Amino acid sequence: MSGKKKKILGMAAMISLAVSFPLFAQMSAEDAPESIELGSIAEIYEPVIFDHAAHVLMVETCSFCHHHTTGTAPEKGNCSRCHQEGEETSSVACVDCHEAKPFSSQSLKAKESDPLLFHVGKPGLKGAYHQSCLGCHEQIGAPTGCQDCHVRNDKGDQLFHSGKYAPVPGESSSGGHH
Amino acid sequence: MKKINRRNFLKGGLAGTAAAAATGLSKNASAAGDFGGYPDSMGVLVDLTKCVGCRTCEAACNKEQGLPEPDLPFDDFSVFDMHGHGGQKRRTTEKEYTIVNRYDIPGRENPIFRKFQCNHCQEPACLTSCFVNAYTKTKEGAVIYDQTVCVGCRTCMVACPFYVPTYTFSSAINPVVKKCIMCYDTRLKFGRPPACVEACPQEVMTFGKRKDLINLGRDKIKRNPGNYIDHIYGEKEVGGTSWMYMSDVPFDQVGFDTHIGNQPIINYVKDFLAMVPMVLTIWPALFTGFHLLANRKKANDENENTKS
Repeated sequence: MSGKKKKILGMAAMISLAVSFPLFAQMSAEDAPESIELGSIAEIYEPVIFDHAAHVLMVETCSFCHHHTTGTAPEKGNCSRCHQEGEETSSVACVDCHEAKPFSSQSLKAKESDPLLFHVGKPGLKGAYHQSCLGCHEQIGAPTGCQDCHVRNDKGDQLFHSGKYAPVPGESSSGGHH
Repeated sequence: MKKINRRNFLKGGLAGTAAAAATGLSKNASAAGDFGGYPDSMGVLVDLTKCVGCRTCEAACNKEQGLPEPDLPFDDFSVFDMHGHGGQKRRTTEKEYTIVNRYDIPGRENPIFRKFQCNHCQEPACLTSCFVNAYTKTKEGAVIYDQTVCVGCRTCMVACPFYVPTYTFSSAINPVVKKCIMCYDTRLKFGRPPACVEACPQEVMTFGKRKDLINLGRDKIKRNPGNYIDHIYGEKEVGGTSWMYMSDVPFDQVGFDTHIGNQPIINYVKDFLAMVPMVLTIWPALFTGFHLLANRKKANDENENTKS
């Protein structure tokens, strides 16, 4: 092997090591922003300003919420059967796995076309947020009201017939409860 | 949807009567095979354990279906303490096609909530009972109805094993039956999930092909031992429904009727209904014949008497 070739090989090894190095270091909470605005699906509520830093202090491992995507081992027994290593993925955002529209015809078709797909029942983004947050909040007695986390906007008030769109008592005549 | 006017309705009725009269004598011909639902119809699997009782589905339904203003805002949770006649929980009304009720279960940490709406039976009793053919079970799974032909007989309200259809008692001029149509007109026929499913923050409801949902439900029960009752309500009840339910509390404690059986309601009346045209067409002719035969001698005698 010529000297030149050796040099190139050496450089290639160095570069590949440098590129892959961050993968060896486990992601830590400090890598995450202090607060995250969750607003990609906001429609009838204002976006949630999620205090990530405060929540990091309350749990022992990242995988408590991030399953296995941050490099720590998954907590659920069923998950660890496949995701034993807790390998870090390139992204930790909920939206990367949990679809915003889980029941769209494209999504249903994609699920149907792959009979080996395992995570067929995984919740969509809205379900993932609420099931993850509310489940815990209920258990530890943290706030569970809708507007404790996100304030309802005008469109939401309209939908709920609340606030300035509230029905005037005594005016409604039709129907009623039987 | 096929328009039904008086002429078609009468034509259909007469043809049916004649056909049934021709074949009605054979019991096998009258008891047609079970329909069992359209193969690729859609459905919704409701996981009661996830519902938090926020009533967003009720609000979404109200908007999507253009229903009248509610009596109370949808974020007013005092409705969970309301009771109707005999202490029964809230039910669907002409302006509420879906209802969420709260059930306080002794020993369960949190109350359990149950969403209620038309279950869209595979073989709907409302459809069977409707004598103007207002109801249609679409291939997508929805049980829809044509308001313009409804004559207001309310037989469907009696026939429904879930007491779902309601009546516009508020309308003096044109009262009709009202119920959930699974958002067929605006969503389902375009392949989109019903408004309540999409609005739910907890994703209590899963939308998909009915057969896939049954597999999903079974898988969930298997993988989460102890978290669910080993039963999917609606998989088999009254011949199967498009809306199905999973719960961690026995179904009879959350307002489900667990005694309705697995037979489609139509099976109870099939044999009888097949006999009706036979009775109506053959009996009059038969008994007129008997009558004439029995009176022939008398008539002859009378004739003889008048002659002499």
